[in-house]
Amino acid sequence: MMTRRIFLKNGTLALVSLGFTPAFIARSAQAAETRRKVLVAVFQRGAVDGLNMIVPHGERAYYQNRPSIAIARPNQQDGAIDLDGFFGLHPRMAPLGPLFSRGELAIVHACGSHDETRSHFDAQDYMESGTPGVKSTTDGWLNRVLHARDHERASPFRAVALAPQLPRALQGTEPALAIGQLAQFGVRGGGASTDSLASSFEEQYARAADTLLRPTAGEAFDAVKMMKTANPAGHAPASGVEYPRSGFGEAMKQVAQLIKSDLGLEVAFTELGQWDHHSNEGGSTGQIANRLDDFARGLSAFSQDLGDKMADVVVVTMSEFGRTVKENGSRGTDHGHGNAMLVLGGPVKGGKVYGKWPGLEREQLWQQRDLAITTDFRDVFGELVTGHLGATDISKVFPGYVYKTKLGLLRT
Amino acid sequence: MAPASGLMNRMTPAFTSVRSWAATAAVTVALTVVPAAQRPKDLPDTRAISHVLNRVGFGARPGDIDRVQALGIPAYVEQQLHPEKIDDGLLDKRLVGFSTLTMSASELASTYFEPAQRLQRQRAAQTRGTAPQASGKPDGMVAPSDPSMAGGPVNGQPGVPARAQSPEARQAAAMQRSVLMELSESRMLRAALSERQLQEVLVDFWFNHFNVFAGKGQVRQYLTEYERDAIRPHTLGNFRELLGAVAHSPAMLFYLDNFQSAGPDTGQSPQLARLNDPRLPPAQRRRLTEMLAARQTQPKRPARGLNENYARELMELHTLGVDAGYTQTDVIELARILTGWTIDQPRNGGTFVFRPAMHDTGSKTLFGVTFKSDGEKEGERALDLLANHPATAHHIALKLAQRFVADQPPPALVDRAAKVFTSTKGDLREVVRSILTSPEFMDPAFRRAKVKTPFEFVVSAVRATGASLTSGTPLVVALQNLGMPLYGCQPPTGYSMTADAWVNTGALLNRMNFALQLVSGGRIVPSGNGRRGAAPPAMAGDMTPGAPEMPRGQGRGRGALAARGPIAIDLSALAPDSGVQSRDRVVDRLLGGEISDSTRQTLAKAETPQNLIALTLGSPEFQRR
Repeated sequence: MMTRRIFLKNGTLALVSLGFTPAFIARSAQAAETRRKVLVAVFQRGAVDGLNMIVPHGERAYYQNRPSIAIARPNQQDGAIDLDGFFGLHPRMAPLGPLFSRGELAIVHACGSHDETRSHFDAQDYMESGTPGVKSTTDGWLNRVLHARDHERASPFRAVALAPQLPRALQGTEPALAIGQLAQFGVRGGGASTDSLASSFEEQYARAADTLLRPTAGEAFDAVKMMKTANPAGHAPASGVEYPRSGFGEAMKQVAQLIKSDLGLEVAFTELGQWDHHSNEGGSTGQIANRLDDFARGLSAFSQDLGDKMADVVVVTMSEFGRTVKENGSRGTDHGHGNAMLVLGGPVKGGKVYGKWPGLEREQLWQQRDLAITTDFRDVFGELVTGHLGATDISKVFPGYVYKTKLGLLRT
Repeated sequence: MAPASGLMNRMTPAFTSVRSWAATAAVTVALTVVPAAQRPKDLPDTRAISHVLNRVGFGARPGDIDRVQALGIPAYVEQQLHPEKIDDGLLDKRLVGFSTLTMSASELASTYFEPAQRLQRQRAAQTRGTAPQASGKPDGMVAPSDPSMAGGPVNGQPGVPARAQSPEARQAAAMQRSVLMELSESRMLRAALSERQLQEVLVDFWFNHFNVFAGKGQVRQYLTEYERDAIRPHTLGNFRELLGAVAHSPAMLFYLDNFQSAGPDTGQSPQLARLNDPRLPPAQRRRLTEMLAARQTQPKRPARGLNENYARELMELHTLGVDAGYTQTDVIELARILTGWTIDQPRNGGTFVFRPAMHDTGSKTLFGVTFKSDGEKEGERALDLLANHPATAHHIALKLAQRFVADQPPPALVDRAAKVFTSTKGDLREVVRSILTSPEFMDPAFRRAKVKTPFEFVVSAVRATGASLTSGTPLVVALQNLGMPLYGCQPPTGYSMTADAWVNTGALLNRMNFALQLVSGGRIVPSGNGRRGAAPPAMAGDMTPGAPEMPRGQGRGRGALAARGPIAIDLSALAPDSGVQSRDRVVDRLLGGEISDSTRQTLAKAETPQNLIALTLGSPEFQRR
């Protein structure tokens, strides 16, 4: 079905039957041929306060430690949205409530990296390299995921970050694209002669003796043509779906467009910042509420927009570390340890908060101040990489790592 | 490589105009132009000169090939090895308006960073209704997304939305950004305009070798000083002195955490150590005591201890290299030796200080050498040991040969350079000289063997076209778009200097787009979406420092510039039309006359001079040096 649609749209079917298939059309067809599993990684940069995002409203200590910023218990005014009698969603994350009820959203709490660093810089680096404590790792775990999977004639859109620069997680030996805006991908800025300039560039490289630049440029121009043909930016969101008008909303919309246009996407990356609320964090309203609103509406719109296609998509969210259990003197929170991750999509066995809850009483805290970690973040990534993307050799993705917790996040 | 036939025929008319350009251009060059009649008979081949200019510097500017031809390659290289003797008056004039470049870190801290930090403290105090106090963050660990980084550095980290801020806060944030912006802009202007090209190449090389990242906390306060005082003066000096300058620099001490590394038994925080310093003025002592008392009431923080970060990278990246056979025990021993090497008041732009109270006074053993407790001198001895190690000589020789010759340089060349390193006790001028005067360096087999990094690509494009810049800002933005933001490399490895890192599908398209933007006025905007909170400092056009002169001949009519914008190419000198003569001249100037037939054929299709230049800058040939 998908294959035919691409050919018909271009009127190139005749060419194909005559055997003059331009390479990019063959690749488009191949990209569209198979139902591809897609993993979308969302990074909340700056360390989101996981305890106000996924609220342990059953914990007395939560309210004791947070006199001004705690989220009220469910059924109270502006209270948390109850999930299982113990945990609740921040009220501004209401758009995700139905997804949890339908079993498409799972949460892993008390999760993260065991490395002790409280530096954003180091912790983000470790979460993206997938090797906590090892600074010399040159590639990111998402790039190693690509490496660990079979790929003959892979699509140039196999791995895309909707960002101006390739994030650490996608850097490495496998080709990955950083695209700010899909509509701007390609040669541009030449005014009326842009098209002729583009074909001149293509010709230069296609005939160059340069064995390094020639194939890469070939790949680039294939990608440009595939993008132009598929025109992902032309896929308007499904009716009634409204993405938040934010960088994150825009990025998630474009990930959905890439998926809808069958360009062979396997791994996507988006990010949203401004979670570092050392002062005036707010509770059900205020700074964190506004950021969570953007976050939740972006994820919810993405899920609605893709509809049935979510059957092949898993979204996983992450943040470099959690925040202190006790609010500080500035009605904010400082750098902590354990945090919560969201796992969303058709293949997810949702409607459940996963992980062993360590508790928030003083003696239960890590270094007597932070939420302890009971699930290593690599346990979550690892399950998705093997169970969803079908990678067989997980040791290539997380070298030296041995699974500690089997969560069972996915339907089998 | 393209066939050489017909080259000289094509070169002749081009040369005439190159000379006339050189005569009229308002560019003073230290090189003496020898009148054609007096030139020696066996002139060096222009391709060889083009190669030398591509490697010793960031490529030829209009007239450079002619000048080096007159001077001879050996004399040119010798001149570049002594930058202090090269007049750079025009560049200096250009940088006069950049007031932050000459300021100390503490001046920068009090003038440019303090207002934002003060506002933040005030906001915090207002909420509490009490006196300001530390927020309980690890000391000075300001995150990339910390509000005080509002607007974000050039590293692509998210910042804080401007709308959440008062006008006062916005101005304070703009003040902070302007420091990094001036530094970034000046780096681009120096690379593009300086006559001391080798020095600028080596600043790029050594900053990258000793990389620090603007997005990590207080590093941004120290960057200007770091590049100016630790890197720049030593690029052709002694390696041990360079290593020492870096080891004492607050930028590196902060970036790789050594400033908070303390011996196991000391239990000391830098603040407590400072409190024990008898030289501390009473007022500061009172404030510090209050701060520490306030902290007691807060949740317990992790005990401070040894931080191995700097010690590891010092061996792995800065000196010995990754395969030099040191062990984790060596890392720990070196970290213990370096305890106490810290920063006096990192939040206020303070200087290096050795704090005996943080120092591990036990005995250490590094590579079998025993270090008895000797305070700061232990660290100096360790740096001596590392700088004199044969693995360091090899590591540095290899990296320099990779920069100047090939990604996989001939082992014999590396061995010779390493020997020079050892025999001269790390005289970097002699090491670089041994490479630049080697037969391997001139071997035609290595011409265009290197793929330009985005930095080299952008700078060489500006130089080759003789473009005039009203501002370096578009180039700073271009580097972000090309994935190599200045001061924005997060890992301590620095940016890759080899081809594999820079040749990928997105990158090539971005280079073609840069070529198109350059010829149409250079109004280069950040690519990408969703970064409104992190608009790069470059976009704050109202803060562009200095009072740059307007480009010559702005306006329409004869000699009109390519387009109005911050970057202007004088088409009348380079390519008044897209005809065959213009094409030949563009190929000569931008590619040293060396071009494949297929690229030449596509150039013939260019309809305008702008397109002709853009197609040349985006060609496979121009991506290499």
